[in-house]
Amino acid sequence: MAEADQVDEVERRKRRSQWRRMWRRFRRHTLGQIGGIIVLVIVMIVFLANFIAPYNFSSQHRDYANAPPTKIHFTDDGGLAWPYVYGTKKEYNEYYEKVYVEDKSEKYPIKFFVQGEKYSFWGLFESKIHFFGTGTPKVRIFLFGTDKFGRDLFSRTLWGGWISLLIGPFALITTLVIAIPMGLLSGYLGGWVDMLVQRIIEVIMAFPKLPLWLALAMVVQGLPSAYRFFFIVAVFSLVDWTTLARTLRGLVLSAREEDYTMAAQAAGASRIRIMFRHILPNTTTYLVVASTLSIPGWIIGEASISYLGLGIKEPQTSWGLLLSQANNLETITSYPWLLIPGVFIVVTVLAYNFFGDGIRDAADPFTTVGGK
Amino acid sequence: MIPTLILVSIISFGIIQLIPGDYLSKRQMDPTISRETLEQQKENLGLDRSLPVRYWKWIEGIITRGDFGYSFSNYRPVASVLFEGRIGYTIFLGITNLVFVYLFSIPIGIYSAVNQYAISDNVVTFLAFIGLSIPNFFLALVLMFFIAGPLDVGANLGVGGLFVAQHMGTPWFHGFVPNMPKIANFFWHVWPYVIAVGTASLAGVVRIMRGQMLEFMNRQFAQTAKAKGLRENVVIYKHVFRNAINPIITNFGYSFRRLVSGSLITAIVLGVPTVQRAYWTALNQQDEQVIMAGLVFFALMLLVGNLVADFLLAWNDPRIRYD
Repeated sequence: MAEADQVDEVERRKRRSQWRRMWRRFRRHTLGQIGGIIVLVIVMIVFLANFIAPYNFSSQHRDYANAPPTKIHFTDDGGLAWPYVYGTKKEYNEYYEKVYVEDKSEKYPIKFFVQGEKYSFWGLFESKIHFFGTGTPKVRIFLFGTDKFGRDLFSRTLWGGWISLLIGPFALITTLVIAIPMGLLSGYLGGWVDMLVQRIIEVIMAFPKLPLWLALAMVVQGLPSAYRFFFIVAVFSLVDWTTLARTLRGLVLSAREEDYTMAAQAAGASRIRIMFRHILPNTTTYLVVASTLSIPGWIIGEASISYLGLGIKEPQTSWGLLLSQANNLETITSYPWLLIPGVFIVVTVLAYNFFGDGIRDAADPFTTVGGK
Repeated sequence: MIPTLILVSIISFGIIQLIPGDYLSKRQMDPTISRETLEQQKENLGLDRSLPVRYWKWIEGIITRGDFGYSFSNYRPVASVLFEGRIGYTIFLGITNLVFVYLFSIPIGIYSAVNQYAISDNVVTFLAFIGLSIPNFFLALVLMFFIAGPLDVGANLGVGGLFVAQHMGTPWFHGFVPNMPKIANFFWHVWPYVIAVGTASLAGVVRIMRGQMLEFMNRQFAQTAKAKGLRENVVIYKHVFRNAINPIITNFGYSFRRLVSGSLITAIVLGVPTVQRAYWTALNQQDEQVIMAGLVFFALMLLVGNLVADFLLAWNDPRIRYD
């Protein structure tokens, strides 16, 4: 009896698909799950950016240039109170510098679902309702302060997030589109094709990434800035397909000697069919892992080249571009809140790294690198 | 190595040709320059010739005369724009970065592996994750902020660049006596740079080192060594470590790539005069000849880095031989 049960169990395990097993292992990886959840939360926030942000990302509040983050008060006469803010007024300090001080004469409670600036929600519908605000244009809330044009940094940070979140998936797709055929052809056909592809890979990998990215970003600089995002994606994938293609080639080389490949050959399958229908599916685990692990690099890459002024350009915005306002010591020490978008980069990349680590451990039960 | 370099030079040349406009197209807008002068300049610069000829002239200059071309934005030879007063700092800072990365990462990795799943190990693992996730330019900005801002530690010694104004242009040595204030000031400026550039690589190497140590600590040869009564330290450092270090050396080339990239943006943020920073200035000025030479220079740096890695690998592991 026991023996029959065991056979049953083995049979069940076999039937349980590889993805199900991977998912189960991932569910045991706490850090990976936390990372995944944080990424999802950031995606949600950025998706709802127009609604959550109290102002439009490009509105300039002329009287509030370089205003510090608005203080939100939770206590009133020593007791707890509904969160409220004070209005601000400008004063001059003893060095005749303009400073913003709170005008304590009147309290403005924070209201939710208030009427505010009109915005279009991803072009679907228009609305005036914002998640929070004071409900009066007299007193404004700048959670992260404002930049030198008086634009609300909180709204801009939320809005700029979509670039950082989308650059990874987009760069990934284009990279795979180049890397998969290159790796398969190079590994399976061998001969002069292999020779050629390997030389191309070698020469691209001979350059450090950032200088090459920058030079290529320079090439596409004259092109319309509305499509800048896609040019950056193109630059990334043109440089970064190499690593993936090279590893893929190695996998294909060993898969070529496997029995299933020979069986397919004997059955008369075409070379294209063998490559894409037989060999490629056997490399998916590797591709999934390599993909998740490569996304953080692109997020940092986009932030870096936007910071250097060759990436996303005004009037669009991204976290790297927002940081480029804090490019000298005076600005950083006088208006430290301009550094806040950087925190978003770190948190997003960290979450992706946790998530990728979880995926890797789930895909390969034998690796123990990294946390539990 | 040589064929790669030739391809590298062709690609660098090609990228520059793809950049829309050249030196003269900017001057065409200038009404004070006559048509004839433009034509004359075009001929002088060889811009009227075909691409292969121009490429050949460029390569010929580099090989026969060490002449990398002429920077039109600076009215100086490219070599002087890219390297003068920079190459020394670039090499010094590069080596300092490597020392920083490996001096700290290897012991931390070993410590973390030996104390697997202890609190200290979890802290190290978590910090390594954060180190990997901070873009180095942001780390540089944060360091600048803390040095000059709330901490206000030694801000009077200066942040950014390599010296405060009073030490610029003064000699390193008065006769044989070192100019201590200048040297001290130099190192005060170097540490934020080294940390900003090196942290990501440091974190990466710590993770690899930890994983490798864990893998080899469970191998049978390690158990045998322990079973025959060797001290724990001897097992770890003589047996496990020697085996575990190999991927670190293979990874050296990769870390090196990262350092060359990382030092580019950090040098810009902190205003450190390195070759990478000159390259960046050239990009902003569309200074084609400098960009071209810069790309080739970076590729050369990586090739040297890989060569060093190969030598180290053969030296550490006698089983590896190159034909």
